[in-house]
Amino acid sequence: MDTTDIIHVDELRRQYRTPRRAPFEAVRGVSFSVRRGELYALLGTNGAGKTSILEVLEGLAVPSSGAVQVLGRDPARDRRFVRPRTGVVLQEGALPSGLTVAETARMWAGTLTAARPVPEALALVDLAHRSDTLVKQLSGGEKRRLDLGLAVLGRPEILFLDEPTAGLDPESRFRTWHLVRNLLDSGTTVFLTTHYLAEAEQLADRVAILHRGQVVRTGTPAEVTAAQPARISFTLAAGVSEPVPDLPGVDVVDTARPTGRSVILHTRDLQRSLTAVLGWAAARQLDLTELDARQASLEEAFLAVATAADPAHEEVPA
Amino acid sequence: MITNRRVAALARAEAVLLRRNPSALAGALIAPLILVLVPFSNSPVPGQEGIPGTGALLVVGLTAFTLTLGVYYNLVTALVARREEFVLKRLRTGEISDAEIIVGTAAPGVAIAWGQIALGLVAGFVLLDLGTPANLAWLLLAVLALAAGTALCVLLAAVVTAWTSTVEMAQLTATPLLILSTSFSGALFPLGDLPEPLQRISQALPLTSVVDLVRLGLTGTTATGDAVTLASSFSPAILPVLILAAWLGAGVWATRRWFRWEPRR
Repeated sequence: MDTTDIIHVDELRRQYRTPRRAPFEAVRGVSFSVRRGELYALLGTNGAGKTSILEVLEGLAVPSSGAVQVLGRDPARDRRFVRPRTGVVLQEGALPSGLTVAETARMWAGTLTAARPVPEALALVDLAHRSDTLVKQLSGGEKRRLDLGLAVLGRPEILFLDEPTAGLDPESRFRTWHLVRNLLDSGTTVFLTTHYLAEAEQLADRVAILHRGQVVRTGTPAEVTAAQPARISFTLAAGVSEPVPDLPGVDVVDTARPTGRSVILHTRDLQRSLTAVLGWAAARQLDLTELDARQASLEEAFLAVATAADPAHEEVPA
Repeated sequence: MITNRRVAALARAEAVLLRRNPSALAGALIAPLILVLVPFSNSPVPGQEGIPGTGALLVVGLTAFTLTLGVYYNLVTALVARREEFVLKRLRTGEISDAEIIVGTAAPGVAIAWGQIALGLVAGFVLLDLGTPANLAWLLLAVLALAAGTALCVLLAAVVTAWTSTVEMAQLTATPLLILSTSFSGALFPLGDLPEPLQRISQALPLTSVVDLVRLGLTGTTATGDAVTLASSFSPAILPVLILAAWLGAGVWATRRWFRWEPRR
């Protein structure tokens, strides 16, 4: 893989001025780089600043301060160079509802320097059979696919996807992932924002977790989750009063439920802790029902960050 | 007419959207043709001393009504509809430039307006009393005035969208300027009929100068019905040209200042 940075963001800040309120800084000194050919996911809760960053990368907005380079250029100033090489799917389904699928694609193709043939693009997103259907008659998933079809019409080197699967049913989401993977295989760099952590875990080469306008974690999904403890959980029968063994460095949550005792252990050393738990259960002939042991998911890493709120930095003084 | 392929692609799509919107299409196509009959019903008999002939009245009226209904009003609703559907924002992520987006969206309405004016001209020459212009320079003046008036209507439409959050709201936000400037443009009745202070105010309205210049170019008569001989200079054109230029400048400034590409958040 070519390891040159295709996107470079340095100390990016975006401040919104509102007439009566103090200016709000949505992006507060964000830096990261994206390598050619990878899928980079920007994760964050609603309002974390994902779209604000994306708009700068897309060249739709200029930063309050800091520098952004896409393909080595300023995306707002060098739009003639950058735009033919990027494709964008906005968060909002931005399609004129009164046109058919084919008319929409032809319109978009007509604005591009080097467009794929429209039928090819529609086939790519599995919409060839819907060519003559009005956009307003498409399902949510089909609209998102058409959106994606437009974004790849110009064979972009970089694809920006803002919440590409938000509000989609699992099947449509799976189809979108499949398509994104195919694009990655063909060498396209993909930059996406999402709050579906499973999506990032499945697709992303690297992720950055954004919280209140700042990047708080960055790395491969494995690196980001490595900081979080693994988890063992099981249920004991209601009558069992045997205490869970005290293991060094293991945090135990033991809750009595009507159906039994629900036990959750958080550990940094999953293998040793699990061995100890299984040994303990075997020695006492206990049944561990619903036994589950796993490394931390991106979701847990993400939640750990999102709940560690720091309200002191919420707003910039006027 | 449109040589830019990005503008042409957008204009084609906009034409399809207009065709599928019967009320907008009727507003742009039929309304001007009805309104243009009004001056004939309430003004003194055309062709009399100091009154422009029937042919000129037709073309001047068409200019006023097609520019305001076909171009201005139609564009306000089209831009607001596209903005609220995030289509404008989406277009801005692509290769098409900001100016091209506005021109492409306006194109079908402009084509309808110019087509109707052209038909009016032909009808004026063939069926009515519109003579061939005495001087090509005068005709050029009329054509330039039409082009500038079209550009002004496009700019004013763009500005008005800033205060129009839905297509329905356009009836409220876009119509005052439309009614005021067409009524007092001199296309409905001669401005000479008005008291002096109202005449001056009417003269400053955006459409009046366009109507003045088109009439001047076609017939060589001013708003008050005074004939301008070829011997006299272009002096009657100077004031309208200056007013029109000022409006165009203000329109560009206001569009840059207030035009929004996406819905208010």
